[in-house]
Amino acid sequence: MLIEIKDAPFEPYQRLLEYQSEAGFAGKYGATAVFVGSMREFNQGDDVKGMLLEHYPGMTEKYLQKISEEAAKKWDILDSLIVHRIGEMLPNDPIVLVAVWSAHRAEAFDASRYLMEELKSRAPFWKKESLTEDSRWVEKNT
Amino acid sequence: MTIKVKFFASLREHVGHADAEVAENLVKTVADVWMKATNDMVLPENTLMAVNMEYVEATHGVKADDEVAFFPPVTGG
Repeated sequence: MLIEIKDAPFEPYQRLLEYQSEAGFAGKYGATAVFVGSMREFNQGDDVKGMLLEHYPGMTEKYLQKISEEAAKKWDILDSLIVHRIGEMLPNDPIVLVAVWSAHRAEAFDASRYLMEELKSRAPFWKKESLTEDSRWVEKNT
Repeated sequence: MTIKVKFFASLREHVGHADAEVAENLVKTVADVWMKATNDMVLPENTLMAVNMEYVEATHGVKADDEVAFFPPVTGG
């Protein structure tokens, strides 16, 4: 179980492979569910040129750890990994990686969905978009 | 004895500062902390609140050395 907050661009699939090769569950998992969220170049009908992602140092990590522990209690999973960007980003940059490993697919699907939904609704991150002319805080997650 | 206060994102811009300190003997709840730290600004309806990095309601009690945070709805992921 690992939580990482990154203030520079990361390559989610590379990170996934690294983590998986170092983890102690080789041969035990039959399913890996992976979600990658990336930055769009449009939102609410406007072109988005860049984005600033802010977090609450300490609380964000604590909250992600809490939901990871909850997921491990609710489902029979082997491990989970959450990586999330902060700082200045550009369109197409990966924002978030959630991966869950389990023996069978149902647990990996369900636990990764749970982690992503909890992250989006309660983890303290905030996006500020740079538009062509000005910037704005994103007020609501879709 | 003080309480540390933090504001994030659009709420920090709305309030005009990122941090504040409030004397512990002047406040009982998170709502009181907001009033003292913002000079009686109206608390925006959708504001989220945390004490020592755990979500709480505005009526939650506070004590010396607590860290109280106020922030808008979250938009990560």
